[in-house]
Amino acid sequence: MKAFAALLDRLSYTPSRNDKLRLLADYFASTPDPDRGLALAALTDGLFFRLPLRRILTDLVTSRVDPVLFSLSRDYVGDTAETVALIWPSGEARAKPPKLSAIVETLQSAPPAEIPALLAKWLDRLDSTGRWALLKLMTGALRVGVSARLTKTALAEWSNVPLADIEEVWHALQPPYEELFAWLSGKGPRPALQGRATYRPLMLSHQIDDKELRSIGPDAFIAEWKWDGIRVQAAHQSGERRLFSRTGDDISGAFPDVIESLPEGVVLDGELLILRDGAVAPFNDLQQRLNRKTVSAAMLKSHPAHIRLYDMLFEGDEDLRPLPFSVRRARLEAWHEAHAPRRTDLSSLIDFSSVDELETLWSGARETGIEGLMLKRRDSPYLAGRPKGHWYKWKRAPLTIDAVLMYAQRGSGKRSSYYSDYTFGAWRDGDSGAPELVPVGKSYFGFTDEELKELDRWIRNHTVESFGPVRQVEPKLVFEVAFDSVHRSSRHKSGIAMRFPRISRIRWDKPAGEADRLETLQAMLLN
Amino acid sequence: MTPERFDSWLTVDRKGLFCRPGGFHIDPYGGAERAIVTHGHSDHARPGHRHALATRETLAVMKARLGAQAPVSSQEVRYGERVTIGDVAVTLFPAGHVLGSAQVLIEWKGVRAVVSGDYKRSADPTCAGFELVPCDLFITEATFALPVFQHGDAGEETAKLLKSHRQFPDRAHVVGAYGLGKSQRLIALLREAGYDRPIYLHGALAECCALYESFGVRLGDLKPATGASREELKGQIVLAPPSAIADRWSRRLPDPLTAFASGWMRVRARARQQNVELPLVISDHADWRELTETIAETGAEEVWVTHGREEALLHHIATTGRTGRALALIGREDEDQ
Repeated sequence: MKAFAALLDRLSYTPSRNDKLRLLADYFASTPDPDRGLALAALTDGLFFRLPLRRILTDLVTSRVDPVLFSLSRDYVGDTAETVALIWPSGEARAKPPKLSAIVETLQSAPPAEIPALLAKWLDRLDSTGRWALLKLMTGALRVGVSARLTKTALAEWSNVPLADIEEVWHALQPPYEELFAWLSGKGPRPALQGRATYRPLMLSHQIDDKELRSIGPDAFIAEWKWDGIRVQAAHQSGERRLFSRTGDDISGAFPDVIESLPEGVVLDGELLILRDGAVAPFNDLQQRLNRKTVSAAMLKSHPAHIRLYDMLFEGDEDLRPLPFSVRRARLEAWHEAHAPRRTDLSSLIDFSSVDELETLWSGARETGIEGLMLKRRDSPYLAGRPKGHWYKWKRAPLTIDAVLMYAQRGSGKRSSYYSDYTFGAWRDGDSGAPELVPVGKSYFGFTDEELKELDRWIRNHTVESFGPVRQVEPKLVFEVAFDSVHRSSRHKSGIAMRFPRISRIRWDKPAGEADRLETLQAMLLN
Repeated sequence: MTPERFDSWLTVDRKGLFCRPGGFHIDPYGGAERAIVTHGHSDHARPGHRHALATRETLAVMKARLGAQAPVSSQEVRYGERVTIGDVAVTLFPAGHVLGSAQVLIEWKGVRAVVSGDYKRSADPTCAGFELVPCDLFITEATFALPVFQHGDAGEETAKLLKSHRQFPDRAHVVGAYGLGKSQRLIALLREAGYDRPIYLHGALAECCALYESFGVRLGDLKPATGASREELKGQIVLAPPSAIADRWSRRLPDPLTAFASGWMRVRARARQQNVELPLVISDHADWRELTETIAETGAEEVWVTHGREEALLHHIATTGRTGRALALIGREDEDQ
């Protein structure tokens, strides 16, 4: 437990992706089975304790610590679990800390009534970092800034086995992953896949540039819309129905509606959407169903999910991935014709004879739910990752507005000495009738390192007030902000939220009074 | 024995804590007539006093740091040396906080009052260890007076720094550490752990390190960080004042990893607020256990609590049957930075 606690502690303070990978790889290299496998499960959300500890913790701690002192401490620290971890009286003679595997094993079989006594015993034997990590583990919310995919990437870097290979076997394995570690460290065979619906790494596209665009013709390429949802893989194999996100996370629990009518023996690639009366709902609607373990009946009804199919990877036991896209597409069409599972349809192909025609079509397409255009080579096999020269995406030119810098916040990691996160606003009429700025978005990229230095200097010289790591600045600097779309949002004072805002230009020359008004953004709302 | 009420002869005035029968202040604000100074930190050793009594080390720190604002005249005393001032006897005892730090024992009419100044009881190779002084009135600091503060083993924290240094051998590890005391203690801890490479210093720390060395504290190979090339600083341990670690100064360092040695680092929100990547819980102040145990061991019937989180400590004092009182001395809320 000590090594796992030290890892979580370190990860929670480490902003850089590469540094996190190093910390994870070092941990996997130096920790024996089965502890490392259980840590892997915890980091990839594979352990579901989620014990409601709040009440238990308060009862336990106040039996050992003066309640007044606990309450004062809780107010200062700001978090109950952290306070308990810090305030818990350390045992007199430091007992041997429990192993992660012993904790997990015990929790998996312990009756709920025994949890408080077990917890107290472990808290006695751990140091404050260990206690903090234990409570995180038991409540099922590690929140140390590490995604399942990043953890798998660390395994790939540590073992030199391609990430796609690890992802492909992942869902066939169970904690504590001893078979996986044996394979990754060269001491065992690749785990067998038969009999499981597992994730197959997706094929991704490149942004097209003008030169490449000119070389595209209908003989070699097929065009289709790029829908504004999330890419998914739906599988029904060996009696298991699964839905995987683009990064291989199993999201079946949150979307039972789209996979329940999938027939046996198929792996499909498509876009997950919320569809009402045949129309694609805004991306925001989909977001409300993401990042959940399960879904309520009300949500299933109000936010019906749907998969618009792009491709087929398996039919029965046959792996279609080596076949050309045009053949796979024909197989997909025939299959869909035969089965027509509910809550699915085919992404239709776009007829075109030249790029110019495509461009006209494309610029005329104002239907919601279209994020761009896909151009796929007819003869491309289905290749894992982002192979060059096969699939292209052609995104709509971004929208822009001129907004005024209002607040700047220090960045993290390499940028921690710079004010690099910017909140900007648009003008509107205040209650008194005088114009006022209302925040409309936040962004921390789009500028060069040189520009960042200049911005940092400007912010330090134009600060009105500081709140911890945030500075309010004089409303004098204009940013041209590019973004993909605007949505209604009740969470923001302005009532709108931008999708993917980035700083496209710093308008050192433009007077702030000439920046855009909120109405300009409201007019861009898609409905 | 029923002494006169303590507050009839120890009072708080505009300049701070004042001993009436001795005619002196302890750690007063600037420009006092007669001052006893517990240690050299700037919130205790202030400029412009006419006369100061302190240990030789503290007087040396004041002279170095205050220059022309150092006391006009001074009296140097050794630990344990009893001196008479007016109607009282004053003796300084080691406080274990930083080099030269002292507790002040004041005896008047058979009554013993101890002003702790800042203190700690855990080991520190760079200064004399805390000595317990039995007394009737104990005036204690309370910087970390919440039971969540348990500082733990500074050696383990040093090991954490060295482990990170091995894991990220190309990153300069810049450690925020207070210039007087913390820096030298951290250097000594690193040396104890076997780290013998040069340690690089921000300019503001050099003077205090030289002063410690002049008093016989061995710190090993120290080099200025200012002026060293980026290449040279790659993978080195660099010490800087806390204000410099995440600000423009640190940009000269190659891919800096920000660490901070302070008792406050025990609380995650504090570390995160300051963008610290590697918090090191190393404190020169007493933690909750040391505060409460020291109060009990002094045998004091009354305890006055100076700067810090006095509410929790006063609650604790009340539960032990002693009389407690908060002594409001402004300007010392956030020590151990």
